[in-house]
Amino acid sequence: MERHFEKDLNELKERLLWMGGLAERAVHQAVQAVLNADEQIAQRVLAEETAINEMQIEIDDRVVHVLALHQLMAVDLRFVLAVSRINNDLERIGDQAVNIAQAAQRILRHPRVKPYVDLPKMSEIVEGMMRDALNAVVRRDVELAQSVLVRDDQVDNLRDQIFRELLTYMMGDSSVVYPAFDLILMAKNLERIGDHATNIAEDVIYFVQGRDVRHPAVDRR
Amino acid sequence: MSAATRLLFSVPAGPLSGATGRAMSSEQPMRMNISKLNFFYGEKQVLFDISLGVTSARLTALIGPSGCGKSTLLRTLNRMHETIRNARLDGEITLDGESIFVQDVTQFRRRIGMVFQKPNPFPKSIFDNVAYGPRINGTSRPLSELVEASLRRAALWDEVKDQLHKSAYELSGGQQQRLCIARALAVEPEVLLLDEPCSALDPISTAKIEELLVQLKSSCTIVIVTHNMQQAARVSDFTAFLLNGSLIEFSPTPQLFTTPVDSRTEAYITGRFG
Repeated sequence: MERHFEKDLNELKERLLWMGGLAERAVHQAVQAVLNADEQIAQRVLAEETAINEMQIEIDDRVVHVLALHQLMAVDLRFVLAVSRINNDLERIGDQAVNIAQAAQRILRHPRVKPYVDLPKMSEIVEGMMRDALNAVVRRDVELAQSVLVRDDQVDNLRDQIFRELLTYMMGDSSVVYPAFDLILMAKNLERIGDHATNIAEDVIYFVQGRDVRHPAVDRR
Repeated sequence: MSAATRLLFSVPAGPLSGATGRAMSSEQPMRMNISKLNFFYGEKQVLFDISLGVTSARLTALIGPSGCGKSTLLRTLNRMHETIRNARLDGEITLDGESIFVQDVTQFRRRIGMVFQKPNPFPKSIFDNVAYGPRINGTSRPLSELVEASLRRAALWDEVKDQLHKSAYELSGGQQQRLCIARALAVEPEVLLLDEPCSALDPISTAKIEELLVQLKSSCTIVIVTHNMQQAARVSDFTAFLLNGSLIEFSPTPQLFTTPVDSRTEAYITGRFG
């Protein structure tokens, strides 16, 4: 017997994935603005931020309604709680994309500091993490979610590498301090996006299996 | 969007329905209208100046603590109070714009079906229970077709189709209640009134009745009295909260259960009294 609240849950999922699509696009465009030196794309990211914020509010409203009207249990309850948390992560990803787009506008006022090698690598991994985390939501795929978690260390390592490398440029030539510092901030933004993708993946494991894999060191007895 | 092949930037197209997936169009016409209704048992007044509209093809729930007058209000909607000695009513109730009190009561009650708390099938076969109303009222459709259609609408057909001539008493409580709903539907009422229809049923049977009501409301206006406010939240489009015979709040259900306006409604739905 299909219960009528499943329609509400499906719509909630659809809206979350719509928002996920917007956040993915924002990140991809913001990174391209830097890598391809394209000011227009950066402006587009800034213009589209409102859509993500509106989706956050709409999804929150839906979560409140579903929780108030249906006495959800077990996997359904966990799913709605996970949607609420993923909603926040996606909005924060949108904010990070905006930060990158703003950094892009500043970076583009200066000559290129160096050829970009690690940044494209890092953004490819981070965008892949986001895509797979959202696919894991759709497919309720714990294995895919776990594959997102293990990529977080690669992202952290790349951030440290970019930081070290740009620091040497800054020490050698003070005229590159401003753009190099913005590139460091961009690496930091990408690393935070990876963290949000990791949170989403952890939420998938939580709602599918009921296991809370956040903070393994915490004693849950 | 295919669930398994979600791609980058795959933003679904087209609008989805309202925030809860429940249509809340204010354009839907009113089927019944209750206006300044006061009701007395002898000298004791039990309903005070109640006005509310029952929207067509929607489910309206009446909730409130025991003795708040919700069942009394429901019973006035098909003039059942007229069978009670010393009961007195003033105010107006209309069905499709026409006062229900000027109509022939028997004709009028054919337009308003009623289902009670305890399943009350007739001591007859399943078939005869459903066919009872159409036989008395007359029908142009073949009886067997009408019985099947009514049992299907009541989500009971698949369970009883091979035993239509068995006694209705052989059915489970939940099945008997769905049979009573089928019996009410067989005369094709415009409005279906249900007075705590699940209170004598187990959770699985309750869930079946709730799903049935959600399906039925597109073709029949429904008013339900329930002491179970979670049930009202789950199935209804509009909810009226009554307290001590007064209508405290009447709103679209999502609004009443998330942002009630009156502090008494909030206290009741959060379990702080009643």
